[in-house]
Amino acid sequence: MEIARHWRSRAARYRLEGQRNRSTGAVRFPPQPTALGEDANTWEPAALSGRGEIYSFSVLRQVPDGYEGLAPYPVGMVRLAEGPLVTAQLTDCAEADLTIGLPVEMVTRKLVDTGEDGVLVYGYKFRPVVG
Amino acid sequence: MKPSRPVGLVGYGVYVPRYRIAAKEIARVWTDGQGGVPVDSKSVPGPDEDTITMSIEAARSALARAELPAERLGAVWIGSESHPYSVKPSGTIVAEALGATPWVSAADWEFACKAGSEALTAGMAMVGSGMADYVLAVGADTAQGRPGDALEYTASAGAAALLIGPAEQALATIEATVSYVTDTPDFYRRADRPYPMHGNRFTGEPAYFHTIERASRRLLDDLGRTPASFTYAVFHQPNAKFPQAVAKRLGFSDAQIAPGLLSPQIGNTYSGAALAGLCATLDVASPGDTIFMTSYGSGAGSDAYALTVTDAILERRAHAPLTTAYLARAEFVDYAIYAKWRGKLVMG
Repeated sequence: MEIARHWRSRAARYRLEGQRNRSTGAVRFPPQPTALGEDANTWEPAALSGRGEIYSFSVLRQVPDGYEGLAPYPVGMVRLAEGPLVTAQLTDCAEADLTIGLPVEMVTRKLVDTGEDGVLVYGYKFRPVVG
Repeated sequence: MKPSRPVGLVGYGVYVPRYRIAAKEIARVWTDGQGGVPVDSKSVPGPDEDTITMSIEAARSALARAELPAERLGAVWIGSESHPYSVKPSGTIVAEALGATPWVSAADWEFACKAGSEALTAGMAMVGSGMADYVLAVGADTAQGRPGDALEYTASAGAAALLIGPAEQALATIEATVSYVTDTPDFYRRADRPYPMHGNRFTGEPAYFHTIERASRRLLDDLGRTPASFTYAVFHQPNAKFPQAVAKRLGFSDAQIAPGLLSPQIGNTYSGAALAGLCATLDVASPGDTIFMTSYGSGAGSDAYALTVTDAILERRAHAPLTTAYLARAEFVDYAIYAKWRGKLVMG
């Protein structure tokens, strides 16, 4: 049962909530626990814009269990406007639509359905900017 | 009905999936392409989309237009007949994704195609009474249609989010509303059944037309206004023909309903339909314009509203994608991909 694991990461998964260093202003994603010896107040939650651009991408054809219905699907490394590099699925696009540097935006989508008696797992993906 | 404190829409947002299937493609499979089709095409949710994900995107646009932090929301209410869970609210997931939790009311509403406008009326009451300053009312559906059934040509996917707030901050004020309901079994889906049933021709005269006409005429009478006094009008749109016919019967012109008539391109988005039509109308409206809207939900009932657009529309509507941006990205799929994505294939 992985319900607790999905639940703990909901702020980061659903709305791309990262962390900002209170003294340096540095932004990181995904959020991490306080490091050994680090002051517990060093980092605070930070809402990220969800805007970024494609740093690199690939297409998955041999996919993990549970993702067969999506295959083939693109995955990308996205350089967020705030700096962090995030790996995520790309959606609402095909391989031919993608280029390095393409502006993308975060959307919250269904990541995986864990079965008829399981939960639906939602989280961030990125897509070419609409509008 | 009028709230004691004047209310309006401080933001709005629409969402339509990228994918479409042509009605003629559905006819190719089931009728050898013979006979007329009720729309040109309908929107199809992608394999990672459902009522929750579409609601989140529409709601984010509504918040962006209102320039409102999500934690100011007093309620997040989702109207739909296709909530992904039978038991577990869509509203909590949407509220969490927006960043509105935990000090917020969240709930799911159900009334066939007017679940979203039901939430709008309740939101008017919540803000109008002073219990909350801002309420998010969403209508969203990934509608179900039995393969080969008449509904399969139109049952589509989309969402619209309306952010209700004090009238003095509104981009469109809401003067008044009327609700008209009767027990009319024109369309229903029993618990645990995958597809709805409908009464064929019974869905027209005694259901859609009777209900919309009664609610609309009552609101016009209450306000002492005529159809011609409104700039625009929006009606629930289960297909292309019904909203045009009911508009004509009530005395509204084709030009008045044109900006909000989305069904020919995207089909019937159910709980999203009338509200998305309103959003598309707000996309083109000017300050001082007036909008008449009547929703319809089988079972059956209608909510009618009269709105007036304010100066705030000019600056705020550019803060989120317009409806036309979603309509323009249409990517057509064939029946096989549609059947795969919509779970119509038996996987053994």
